Amino acid sequence: MKAITRQKAPAEIEKMLEKDLRVFLVGCGTCATMCHTGGKDEVLAMAGKLADLGKTVTGTAVLPTVCDALDQQAVSENLKRIGEADCVLVMACAFGVQMMALYTDKPVYPGLDTLFMGQEMAPGVFSEVCVQCGECVLAWTGGICPITACPKSLLNGPCGGAKKGKCEVSASTDCVWELIYQRLRAQGKLDYLKKPRSLRNFAASVKPGIYLVDGKDDQLT
Amino acid sequence: MNLREKLGAGKFVVTCEVGPPKGVDTSDMKRRAESVRGKVDAVNVTDQQSSVMRLGSLAGCVLVKHWGMEPVLQMTCRDRNRIALQSDLLSAYALGIENVLCLTGDYVTLGDHPQAKPVFDLDSVSLIETARELQNGHDLAGKELKGAPQFFIGACVSPEADLLDPQIMKMEKKAAAGAQFFQTQAVYDARRFAEFMSMVRHVNVPVLAGIVVLRSAAMARYMNEKTAGIRVPDKLIQEMDKAADKAAKGVEIAVRTIAEVKGLCQGFHIMTIGQEKRTSDIIDAAGL
Repeated sequence: MKAITRQKAPAEIEKMLEKDLRVFLVGCGTCATMCHTGGKDEVLAMAGKLADLGKTVTGTAVLPTVCDALDQQAVSENLKRIGEADCVLVMACAFGVQMMALYTDKPVYPGLDTLFMGQEMAPGVFSEVCVQCGECVLAWTGGICPITACPKSLLNGPCGGAKKGKCEVSASTDCVWELIYQRLRAQGKLDYLKKPRSLRNFAASVKPGIYLVDGKDDQLT
Repeated sequence: MNLREKLGAGKFVVTCEVGPPKGVDTSDMKRRAESVRGKVDAVNVTDQQSSVMRLGSLAGCVLVKHWGMEPVLQMTCRDRNRIALQSDLLSAYALGIENVLCLTGDYVTLGDHPQAKPVFDLDSVSLIETARELQNGHDLAGKELKGAPQFFIGACVSPEADLLDPQIMKMEKKAAAGAQFFQTQAVYDARRFAEFMSMVRHVNVPVLAGIVVLRSAAMARYMNEKTAGIRVPDKLIQEMDKAADKAAKGVEIAVRTIAEVKGLCQGFHIMTIGQEKRTSDIIDAAGL
């Protein structure tokens, strides 16, 4: 899974940076590069836009994987140029932004919006694969996730909203319950759909998620 | 006799729906509701249909009752979590509302507040289970209630869903969860409806066939293209196309459909979408 991101609108970035003249730019060599939102090309393009706005870019760095603690080393190599800046604009997922905020005392701003955890299905086509609900249901849904792929996260089969196999929310999205039905029918497992599903336990995904292994999880309750 | 008693006694029933206003001026809603008083057995009050914010269905039901008719409270899972839904079910019963139609609800982005948070904590099946749990004297947490409500629980089904098998499976789940009557999405094709009814005979819960009155051929084509669970046969579209008086033709088709499917179901649910006068015309012409 990768963090799927989209660049913030130029006006929003301009607003964030309005009081800062000197900016250090960080990109990410992993997910944001794949999404074409925070790789080398996008960071250089952003540096040009900031220059057009009259900002001074004190430096740029496309770190290998901003969310990885190992990147602190790469950050330390840039400390001087970060120190010269009023702020750091991070073109990585929100995880990367938060890691950068640990590495520097300078104000850290997100250049991207993190949309979801997903994968690239075809060039330029990203789709969400898991919402981390904390109670995996894939065993009885043919390996297709209705929590993620049904906008209503329904558990008991399709709503009445599908038309010609497409979801009521978007005519370009397949009704996932029709896909699940077809898959289970092919597997001879339609009895999975006949069983009423109990209520979801949202306590399994209280924010912020914290998980301690080796039974230490009990301390959370 | 109320709706539960009528259906329990095997009587044929007619329901219709009235949508509350966007705002607090209920005079038009009252006029629309009163146009069917004495002609229908119960009036569904919609729950912010199509995800458009309006006066609530609970308040609407209290008004309908006050105006001398029996309401059916439509409840969707779109805007309330299980705490609010249970609480509103108790509130409804305390205000004298017994009939509840349990629906999943349209998605939020279809309406006029597309940026609102969608809830869908429960779905139609689990909302029915919830109503039944309350009837059994406890809430979903298993806590005992001080006084249990007794609902007459309804659900919906789309006989013309593109993929019927999962629709029927869900209907079976709704019945097993406690649904005591079904109101269907619009029916236009008697032969196909007969096939559907033969497929769900084992569910053994009264079915009120949905009647949506056509206003024009364009409306029929639009619904065929865009509205889930609706299929208007080409023959009817041609009839609408040729008719000089579209309104009269729409009523005529509804009356004919009613005559054709009357023997297959336990009643009708007539939806005229803001034109309740036509509901009354249809009932008169169909001799219901």
